[in-house]
Amino acid sequence: MNAADTAWMLLSAALVLLMTPALAFFYGGLVRSKNALNTMMMSVSSLGFVGVAWALLGYSLSFAPGSPAVGGLSWAFLAGVGLDPGPAAATIPHLLFMAYQGTFAIVTAALISGAIVERMRFGPYLAFITLWSLLVYAPVAHWVWGGGFLATLGALDFAGGTVVHVNAGAAALVAAMVLGPRKDYARQAMLPHNVPFTILGAGLLWFGWFGFNGGSALAANKAAALAFVNSFLAPCATLLVWTLLDLARNRKATAVGAATGIVVGLVAITPAAGLVSPASALALGAIAAFPSYFAIVWRARTRLDDSLDVVAAHGLGGLVGALLTGVLAQASWGSPADGLLFGNPRQLLVQLVACLASVAWSGGVTFVLLKAIGALLPLRANPGDEGLGLDVSQHGEEAYTSGEGALLLLREPVALSPRVPVTPAVPSEVRS
Amino acid sequence: MKLVVAVIRPEKVNDVLEALFRADVQGLTISRVKGHGGETERVETYRGTTVKMELSEKVRLEIGVSNHFVEPTISAIAAAARTGEVGDGKIFVLPVERIVRIRTGEVDQAAVTPVGVEPHPDRTPTAV
Repeated sequence: MNAADTAWMLLSAALVLLMTPALAFFYGGLVRSKNALNTMMMSVSSLGFVGVAWALLGYSLSFAPGSPAVGGLSWAFLAGVGLDPGPAAATIPHLLFMAYQGTFAIVTAALISGAIVERMRFGPYLAFITLWSLLVYAPVAHWVWGGGFLATLGALDFAGGTVVHVNAGAAALVAAMVLGPRKDYARQAMLPHNVPFTILGAGLLWFGWFGFNGGSALAANKAAALAFVNSFLAPCATLLVWTLLDLARNRKATAVGAATGIVVGLVAITPAAGLVSPASALALGAIAAFPSYFAIVWRARTRLDDSLDVVAAHGLGGLVGALLTGVLAQASWGSPADGLLFGNPRQLLVQLVACLASVAWSGGVTFVLLKAIGALLPLRANPGDEGLGLDVSQHGEEAYTSGEGALLLLREPVALSPRVPVTPAVPSEVRS
Repeated sequence: MKLVVAVIRPEKVNDVLEALFRADVQGLTISRVKGHGGETERVETYRGTTVKMELSEKVRLEIGVSNHFVEPTISAIAAAARTGEVGDGKIFVLPVERIVRIRTGEVDQAAVTPVGVEPHPDRTPTAV
């Protein structure tokens, strides 16, 4: 046990947990006002549903000793997960490691929602992300971090390029195709209703990401410092390049573009954070801007309604980051293996195999899962509800109410205690 | 000359604008309004507070048109705004005494004829 490591991991877990509400703001600002709450709820509810699934089963399936494909059930219901260090992190309480990893599962499931906002019914969505966290996230996390076959193969994924971003990106692609485009897609402009929310979300995501990447060292050590600095530098480079691309194409630097650039940079540096030099991080961040930028421009002209560009930002950004990790990793900066540029071309191939495995499993299982849920419950809101907006139709709330025309409904008056007289809602006599 | 006032569903605004532009109706003003036209009330809950929303979000269009444009305008709006459910809205047609285009001082029919379009030969004064 090490007090400094424990302190840093306690803080990191809290930072990563903040990323989910941050994502709610990032996504919430990008949709139309009639769907703002529904979109934010898609992230927020992951905290409850995936969080509980993680404690009951997900953690065990990810990290308990098991086969190369999936973890065992020995830690189900947190059995045997106590305050002494576990096998994965020797200097912090096992329970803290479980909580830290749980925050990853929560935000990964929430990432997918960006592909299916403004049209999916909320009940089937909750069923989907909960089951997805057990059937897709847990095995993939096991492959890479829990001693599964990709770990054996030597895949490098410092904080979750393959496990989190490529995984969520593949699921998002399949989910957008299964759900189909929004009814107004490509017919009407659907504009972000609150760009300041999106900038707030990007800022909070960056802040939380220091725990995501820095905490992935699982200790307060040199690797944590390197991951922290790289998570600072890479998004700076992506943001700079993104802004220049905006200026070159449209002669205007956009705010939504800046927020997106920050997230793409964070996504791309995630697998490499503690494994590459700071100079490499700057290069990685700069390079990562190009594929995601042009994928977003291209995607908007297709019939693929990946509404908030999860595939371009997380899938493609994660893929570029994971592959560049295989190019730029340096043993002299603490990586277990060198990358292509430092004399180990095999590492790039290993990274590619890891990405393909993640895409294949995530895409395939997401498809089957959505089809199975769709066979029991309609996945989509009907066109009338979609027109009205999902805030009212799914949640019975509006993001921006004026209160005009709202009549107070009072059911049977409830007495707080037998001695407090019950006041009628509408006085029978009006006293002057 | 008439003033066509239409109150429609917000989610139908783009459809209606598209239909109006197809019908060559180019000048209009829209505003967000709240109203009630007999549609089912929605019940919303905020913590312990349950409310019945008596007023729904609507969009009001105001379009000053010359006489021969009245029918095309009405039919474009009516066709594009209809869902068949209660709450699709209303169209009101009001007589107009006088129209002035501020930039040029043009009045009446010339003032509601889009720039660059020859005024329609039908210049008969509007029956009020």
